[in-house]
Amino acid sequence: MRIGVLALQGAFVEHERMLQRLGVETFEIRHLADWQQPMAGLILPGGESTAMMRVMKDEGLMEPIQKAIKEGLPVLGTCAGMILLDDQHLGCMDVTVKRNAYGRQLGSFQTTYNIKGIGDVSMVFIRAPYIERCGEGVEVLSTLDGHVVAAKEKNMLACSFHPELTEDTRLHEYWLKEFVQQKD
Amino acid sequence: MEDRVQLNRNLAQMLKGGVIMDVTTPEQAKIAEEAGACAVMALERIPADIRAAGGVSRMSDPKMIRGIQEAVSIPVMAKCRIGHFAEAQILEAIEIDYIDESEVLSPADDIYHIDKRKFKVPFVCGAKDLGEALRRINEGATMIRTKGEPGTGDIIQAVRHMRMMQSEIRRLVSMSEDELYEAAKQLRVPYELVQYVHENGKLPVVNFAAGGVATPADAALMMQLGAEGVFVGSGIFKSGNPVKRAQAIVKAVTNYNNPKILAELSEDLGEAMVGINEQEIELLMAERGK
Repeated sequence: MRIGVLALQGAFVEHERMLQRLGVETFEIRHLADWQQPMAGLILPGGESTAMMRVMKDEGLMEPIQKAIKEGLPVLGTCAGMILLDDQHLGCMDVTVKRNAYGRQLGSFQTTYNIKGIGDVSMVFIRAPYIERCGEGVEVLSTLDGHVVAAKEKNMLACSFHPELTEDTRLHEYWLKEFVQQKD
Repeated sequence: MEDRVQLNRNLAQMLKGGVIMDVTTPEQAKIAEEAGACAVMALERIPADIRAAGGVSRMSDPKMIRGIQEAVSIPVMAKCRIGHFAEAQILEAIEIDYIDESEVLSPADDIYHIDKRKFKVPFVCGAKDLGEALRRINEGATMIRTKGEPGTGDIIQAVRHMRMMQSEIRRLVSMSEDELYEAAKQLRVPYELVQYVHENGKLPVVNFAAGGVATPADAALMMQLGAEGVFVGSGIFKSGNPVKRAQAIVKAVTNYNNPKILAELSEDLGEAMVGINEQEIELLMAERGK
């Protein structure tokens, strides 16, 4: 089982380390040639969504990624990765995400809170977004102070925070078990 | 570790693999964002112009910085003078995302840097070698960049600083544990920081390249030397075709290990900034603040 990690910009190495700790092989997707390899799942990491969108479009990666996700490729999006999945960007998930929803860096924070199906986890929010609209097929997994910060829909799992910046591997394990292995 | 320090180090992690561009107007900031910059540095004059104008160079007008904050959704950074904690307080008050305590501006204090742990807002600082980098981290910097030689378009100083840091890191890694105490003494930094580098083979914070980056090849060079991203100051908006050059440098940082893509990116970029050679420089900004 190999997991592709979009490595255009941002904290992709942290996701790779997380998966490698779980004994899962990873590879980086930087341009179209990398995309041709077979993968059991895809991670869209944190970083700046505008920077990632720019490079994704110019490298011709946008359409193939969109198509693969719509055809059922398991995907995990964190922070900027969640923004990429929404109806304003790749248009894969039936959600609208509010960018920089907690303001600038002074609004960044860490807290411990519950995710349905996982339990209490440490959540790191860095200039984070949240989901402001959920479509019918979307299941909310965590609502913090009235805002949706984790949700799933079909083959897609998205969260506002950064599990890859903590030592806690449970969200990645949950995604591998419920989304990636389920599909095999 | 305090939450705030960790959160501020985390923001720098999100900038990795990206390009931070100097901008002087909201229009330039939009061009940078559209080209794929992961953050912008708001300042009244880019380093090349600071160099040309001479005189005392200070923090930019907060109103000008606000205009840029309103124009883009990516993080906005701004510079304060070395040791000028009042300028830093002002930048924190306007909720800047990152403060660069920068040798590009005229230093306000020739002994003390800002006690950056007193602030909630994060700081990036320049360094020429591992000792400077760790001293700044000890003062609370949550991101490091090479000093390079700003406003020159000459990459040699950034290369020198990055190579120096990497070779000193490798030296610490290869030391036996009882040698680390002496290393800490020589570097003038706490033992814990030396121990971290010894065990992890890297700085405890993200390390970018800055100062003299003018082409996609320069950016790729710095990434291959171990930078985790690059700052481009004068190199973009002092060149013939800023939009194209900005996009090319962004993609060069992503594909820094792919010469075929770099070759395509380097085509038809128009005039690069003219640049000044190291020997022609009258003012060495990298010598400010050690």
